[in-house]
Amino acid sequence: MTRARLVAWHVFKESVRDRVLFAIAGFALVLVAASVLIGQITAGQDVKIIKDIGLATLELSGVLMAVFIGVGLVSREIERRSIYSVLAKPVHRWEFVVGKYAGLVGTIVLNLVLMTVALFLLLAWLEGKMPDPGLLKGVVLILAELALLTAVALFFSTFSSSGILSAGLTLGVFVVGLFSEDLRGFSGIVSSPVLASAVRAIGVVVPAFSAFDIKADVVNGRPPVPWAYVAMTVLYACFYVSALVGGAVAVFSRREFK
Amino acid sequence: MSVVLRLDHLTKDFETGVLGRRRQRALDDVSFELVRGEVFGLLGPNGAGKTTTLKLIAGLLRPTAGRVSVFGSAPGDRAARAALGFLPEQPVFYDHLTAEELLVYFAGLCGISGVDRAQRAASVLDEVGLGAARRQPMRQYSRGMLQRVGLAQALIHQPALVILDEPMSGLDPIGRREVRELVLRLRDDGRTVLFSSHILSDAETLCSRVAILARGRLVASGGIGDLTAGRAGRWEIVAASLSPAAAAGLQTQAARVTRIAHGRYSFELREGDGPEPFIAAVAASGGSLVSAVSTRATLEDVFVERVS
Ligand SMILES: Nc1ncnc2c1ncn2[C@@H]1O[C@H](COP(=O)(O)OP(=O)(O)OP(=O)(O)O)[C@@H](O)[C@H]1O
Ligand SMILES: [Mg+2]
Repeated sequence: MTRARLVAWHVFKESVRDRVLFAIAGFALVLVAASVLIGQITAGQDVKIIKDIGLATLELSGVLMAVFIGVGLVSREIERRSIYSVLAKPVHRWEFVVGKYAGLVGTIVLNLVLMTVALFLLLAWLEGKMPDPGLLKGVVLILAELALLTAVALFFSTFSSSGILSAGLTLGVFVVGLFSEDLRGFSGIVSSPVLASAVRAIGVVVPAFSAFDIKADVVNGRPPVPWAYVAMTVLYACFYVSALVGGAVAVFSRREFK
Repeated sequence: MSVVLRLDHLTKDFETGVLGRRRQRALDDVSFELVRGEVFGLLGPNGAGKTTTLKLIAGLLRPTAGRVSVFGSAPGDRAARAALGFLPEQPVFYDHLTAEELLVYFAGLCGISGVDRAQRAASVLDEVGLGAARRQPMRQYSRGMLQRVGLAQALIHQPALVILDEPMSGLDPIGRREVRELVLRLRDDGRTVLFSSHILSDAETLCSRVAILARGRLVASGGIGDLTAGRAGRWEIVAASLSPAAAAGLQTQAARVTRIAHGRYSFELREGDGPEPFIAAVAASGGSLVSAVSTRATLEDVFVERVS
């Protein structure tokens, strides 16, 4: 486990030094600044708009990190051939994969925490009171969603040798997952039974990313989102994450490095 | 003598073409073993299968048939890798790390405890002669500097078996000499070294035994002395003041004659022939001896003959 932790720390250090993080943080700042500006023109609405844009920024910057750092986690080491010296060390392959995953999720968590603190400070300053803690439910589910998306990216990264292909596949799964409820509904209206079950199968296999999107509800404060729903959805994410990381370990353990 | 590494009928096919339909045999039924404390050279021309062999030993590839055992364990086992240090061919690491950081990281992966990591890293970096650059990010390194980092990381956990894929490549003459000295120091330390190379003089100055691969097959193996034995070498004799008739007479006793200048000839004797009768014949036909040189049979002769 110490070894997995070292791999994780290495991922964190690399993402920080790669300046990907700075690019994303810069992008987030621009969005927040824009939201403040927009808020000033649309008087009265400012706090709600800032909450909306704030949460959306949190999510989008996390998605960018999960996909674009995530697909490179393993495949970049293979491309650069640094994998040869790492795997010749007395490291289990699962330690490598789990460490990579934990390192990126840790980086994303840090990014999320910093941005949430910034958002809350901004809101507290504008409202003159402690912001609604209900927003945190939204943040928790964004985190669960990103942990899941990172696992998807890692999974593709372990067997594809092309970063662009893995990024495409990961984004594809994400987008399909965002519309997974529609997919299930869609299966009811197509006439061909084969097509209907195919669509239903996709709806079942692909994680329902739409379930994590409670941003509008927590911003409006209605309909109320019970903590039980948050807990269930987090559990749902844990289930998929275990399956995907397990799959990544299984694929990676069999892999040869030519 | 204890066997450190054993290769048993090792065979490796690479699947190529669409969906891996075509198979290319990179290694064909190769067996040899290394005993503790020896320096063993794996030689062969480009594409012979050297890198493939070393990757199979490091557990990065799986054999199609046959097996590898490192101190009695399979290469995939963590125990095997704990005892083995591997320098890949043309190593590349992480651009954003310095050599020092990389080695501290790798020391951790080898299970070296926190406080000792930095110290081990510093000591191997000294050993490979990487100077002040160890605090620079590796994206600023030259090929030879990366090669040195590669050597350092192979030695970080003081492995009993050191596997080096073309350790001299990318190094300047001073670097090559340093690596030669390093390998000999490892040997004196009781460590076993297996390295690949196509530079035969490196093997000749370092190895106790060699194996020669060609097109995936083992074409020769043994001590350098044994491989070159039975090849007595040839004598080359240069004589002056010879008349064309005298030269023609001497020609019958030589394998080859070259006319250098007027009255001056170079004779290459047949393999195994001693020089004395010929020198006597030169004197008898009125010529004078200029030089007599023995050209020793080298690994290169063996190599060229077996490989082609
Ligand atoms: N990934 C691969 N896919 C298919 N064939 C391969 C692969 N890697 C190596 N080979 C083939 O295996 C054979 C042996 O290659 P290998 O790299 O082991 O040679 P080598 O002795 O290390 O050569 P060099 O001196 O050039 O480094 C070659 O014929 C090569 O074409
Ligand atoms: Mg090679």
